[in-house]
Amino acid sequence: MQAFVATLNAAPIWLIVLIKSAVLLLVVVTTFAYAMLFERKILGWMQLRPGPNRVGPWGLLQPAADAAKLILKEDLTPKTADPLIYRLAPFISLLTAFSVYAVIPFGQSSSGVWAIGNVNAGILLILAITSMGVYGISLGGWASGSKYPLLGSLRSTAQMISYELAMSLSFVGVLMLAGTTSLGGIVHAQERLWFIVPQFLGFIIYVITAVAETNRAPFDLVEAETELVAGFHTEYSGLRFGLFFIAEYVNMLTVACVATLLFFGGWNALFGLVMVPGVIWFLLKVGAFLFFYMWLRATLPRFRYDRLMAFGWKILLPFATANLIVTAIIVAFRG
Amino acid sequence: MILFWILSILLIATAVWTITASKPVYSVVGLLAHFVALAVLYLSLSAEFLAVMQIIVYSGAILVLFVFVIALLSSGVAPFSVGPNRLPKALVPVMGIVIIAFGMLIYAVSRTSMPAPTGQTLGPVGSAGVFGSVADFGRALFTTQLLPFEVTAFILMVAVIGVVLLAGDAMESSGSAAQAKQVHREMREAILREGDR
Repeated sequence: MQAFVATLNAAPIWLIVLIKSAVLLLVVVTTFAYAMLFERKILGWMQLRPGPNRVGPWGLLQPAADAAKLILKEDLTPKTADPLIYRLAPFISLLTAFSVYAVIPFGQSSSGVWAIGNVNAGILLILAITSMGVYGISLGGWASGSKYPLLGSLRSTAQMISYELAMSLSFVGVLMLAGTTSLGGIVHAQERLWFIVPQFLGFIIYVITAVAETNRAPFDLVEAETELVAGFHTEYSGLRFGLFFIAEYVNMLTVACVATLLFFGGWNALFGLVMVPGVIWFLLKVGAFLFFYMWLRATLPRFRYDRLMAFGWKILLPFATANLIVTAIIVAFRG
Repeated sequence: MILFWILSILLIATAVWTITASKPVYSVVGLLAHFVALAVLYLSLSAEFLAVMQIIVYSGAILVLFVFVIALLSSGVAPFSVGPNRLPKALVPVMGIVIIAFGMLIYAVSRTSMPAPTGQTLGPVGSAGVFGSVADFGRALFTTQLLPFEVTAFILMVAVIGVVLLAGDAMESSGSAAQAKQVHREMREAILREGDR
């Protein structure tokens, strides 16, 4: 073990980053597969039905079956589509969804935080990368060359622009309390009190805007089945649809991770149970947030489009600004 | 150094693609790639905050609006390539001007002596006290650079108000305001009939 650690310390930095990335990619993809199964099971139980239970015990092999199905399906490109952008769009979605994990820390040891890159402007970088995610959807919808995808992508663009603003503002309250933009520093600042307590309004705004940013129910107007067939990915089939699907779930996971880091104290232990490793606490909190996400989908009906816009601009944004001003005043007076 | 050359070639290639692309959407995608490469270049020059802002503001907000407008207006429209190709005629004079300007730039740069980097600029990218970090940038923005910052914000606001004024004026003069109001009222009534609440 000592020799192994010594070799690892001597390895060049690019090799270490490569190994970390490969491990993390594996973990995130596996989590995606089981988050999907988890969601179908929970939706099933909430609707008094068993959920997927045919492939393997309790349906545990369902993700593998789904993956095989998606890979074997024919990859169609409509005649009216713009071939280059049509092929590019799913990759943009996937790339932006995965690259966020380069800066998300999962735990802490004596040698530093557990992350691929411990970036000082971590939270800003997360904002920057997630703001690029909209291109996959808007370009994909445009390039499909038919009307439902185009409508879906236009809705998505408008929705993401409107809600991103309130989301960034809800971050700033946390940043002011923590006094740093590094994610490790933000978690460190929550050792005594989680930021969900002083920033409760900010947390509510973050949850609402994050659900809207990831285009999940009740904000899934982008792919509203009853009006738009399947929205922006109507024309996509096989693995290209699969890439969009993976990106959506990975984005959900990102939102859960960011909520844990900013509002639930990251890897800080609950009830003083410090013997449980920080990573376990982090994963438990992320899991609880993901469950909440699925609970929302099972409970709430979809928003109407004009209400969605009015809600974003006339309610969320003023509340986020008010929260920011009050937090700033309190921080300034407490020194 | 290798990173610099790769990024430079990528930047020039995407810039050329942006102006020569046959469809507006290709231009936007080219510009997007350009902005991302530019952010990485800033990062390699240890300007962390500038790199992040480059992506958040330009790629994340402004270009999204470009995509939105292009998707709204140009779906199903033929590409730009119809019509005479004016590129060969313009190529020679433009290249001449570019080469002269570039030569002058190189001459000017080679004549000036660069100040040696102070000790403060050295260190891991983004840590406090190192050039370009978020903390230093913020402190400078709200102390020594406060006046230029506020003046820039004010000028931008004037521009926004000007746009609203111009667009609002155009809407009034076309005489369709009353018509738009009528359509809006009909829509409202239809929604009420269908049961709003």
